[in-house]
Amino acid sequence: MTGGRLVRLAESARAPVEFIFDGEALTGLEGDTVLTAILLSRRALRDAEFGPEARAGFCLMGACQDCWVWQEGGARLRACSTPLREGMRLRSAPGGTQWPGPPADAERDRSGDSA
Amino acid sequence: MTRVLIIGAGPAGIRAAETLAAAGLNPVVVDEAARAGGQIYRRPPEGFTRTPEKLYGSEAAKARALHATFDRLVAEGKVTHLPQRSVMALHGGTAHVLGETRQEIPYDRLIVATGATDRLAPVPGWQAGGVYSLGAAQIALKAQGVALGRRIVLAGSGPLLTLLATQLVASGAEVAAVLDTAPMRQQVRGGLRMALARPWVTLRGLRLRAALGRRYHAGVTLTGIESDATGPTAMAWRDAKGRDRRTDCDTVGLGWHLRSDGTIADLAGAAFDWDTDFAQWLPRADPLGRAGEGLYLAGDGLRILGADGAELAGRAAATACLQDLGLPHPDPARTLRRLGRMHRFAQGMMQAFPWPAQMVRDLPDTATVCRCEGISAGDLRGTLPLSGPEANRAKSLGRVGMGRCQGRYCQLAGAEIIAAAAGSAPRDVGRLRAQPPARPAPIGAWLNTPAEGEAE
Repeated sequence: MTGGRLVRLAESARAPVEFIFDGEALTGLEGDTVLTAILLSRRALRDAEFGPEARAGFCLMGACQDCWVWQEGGARLRACSTPLREGMRLRSAPGGTQWPGPPADAERDRSGDSA
Repeated sequence: MTRVLIIGAGPAGIRAAETLAAAGLNPVVVDEAARAGGQIYRRPPEGFTRTPEKLYGSEAAKARALHATFDRLVAEGKVTHLPQRSVMALHGGTAHVLGETRQEIPYDRLIVATGATDRLAPVPGWQAGGVYSLGAAQIALKAQGVALGRRIVLAGSGPLLTLLATQLVASGAEVAAVLDTAPMRQQVRGGLRMALARPWVTLRGLRLRAALGRRYHAGVTLTGIESDATGPTAMAWRDAKGRDRRTDCDTVGLGWHLRSDGTIADLAGAAFDWDTDFAQWLPRADPLGRAGEGLYLAGDGLRILGADGAELAGRAAATACLQDLGLPHPDPARTLRRLGRMHRFAQGMMQAFPWPAQMVRDLPDTATVCRCEGISAGDLRGTLPLSGPEANRAKSLGRVGMGRCQGRYCQLAGAEIIAAAAGSAPRDVGRLRAQPPARPAPIGAWLNTPAEGEAE
């Protein structure tokens, strides 16, 4: 099956919101969560770290943490409870810096200096 | 003024806030959602247009009243609402709260109304993306207007199974099958107790069930979820007569009623007892919800009585708080009587729609128990000769309960498997201790930012 996992059943008359997921331009609607917006175009949010399967969220109430996605800047989001915002740049996997530390911008500046 | 902190803005937290505000206190309510209401009365984002009647059906008037009460209290400045924040830890009378920023909120009295999550039993293959909790499917429908798939199988047991199935069908989703693990005979026995306590509510449930027609099957055993790279492709199950069946689908919803989320109550110092009726650990409290010095519990996090019971329990907990402060308070007699009726109804419900203990005990070694870290029933069984039959030691060595859901969705199944191996019962296995942070949190939130004080 192609296309997204989710099916919109109601509330489709809302303003479109453009965002990027894994480098591709996708469109959601104002009021969508990040999870809703991604899964209307994709089958999954991310790959499982401990098994071969993909993951697409589980509880949708912020309790299971299955729906983590990442911003290109490095910050992790809970997709089920984060509202979609115009121009968000999201990834299905963490970027280069997985360890906690200074914000990603500072990280980039510093690695630029040392190069 | 006495600083009362309420954690959770569902039916219990809202009624607790209302009761305290009526006595002249100005409680602070912290909640994870953007808009108050809790899960069952969850509100869609601003700009959505479906009416409460469409969203909440027969419960629309209750939802409207609850939302209006809370919005009015906030607008009048009688309650301080801190939405989109998680309480991560409680220490020395201060709540450590994380949202866009980090906050430390000091309090004198604490009311915990953190509700419940779906109670999950593993089904072989449930780790596939596209398997959800029943609550997830309801939240998606209510708060986002979406179905989680094109052809959905709902399985488990409990009131939400039937309710969600009818809501999805009415909204135009394709529900391929509704598979209830509760045998019909048991449903009739528990159903009689439910009808004695709350006849109209029971009748409403039966009507919903009838609307599902041939989609609904009772006394089912779930044998496995088949998947390919895109997610589920079929649910394999055995019917009440022992015949193997298979239903094609691309999405599965699972849930066996609810599990009280005791994380915050535990961090606040509550004690817990195994409850035989509810088949889970529940915090210890007096009839009004007193659980310790300055600590009060209410709602599904205390006893799983549903939304009506949560409203009553919220009033009861706030009443206890006012009593202890020596302030004027409502007479709790009528609230306690009504709570008693809710409890009798809930006991009937637990009998009608039980936890599938045998199905969990019979899980094959290859079945995943911990979805977070892919730990199988065989891995857990293999840990037991080293750890012994105690939940916390088995967690330390085998990691069931240590992943990112912090044991919320595997703890009860893990205990059942440990008990089966030890020839004991889940209550003998012990309860996983809660540890802060109550949700996974980036350490950077503590490293880089000084905490703000209480929001004004």
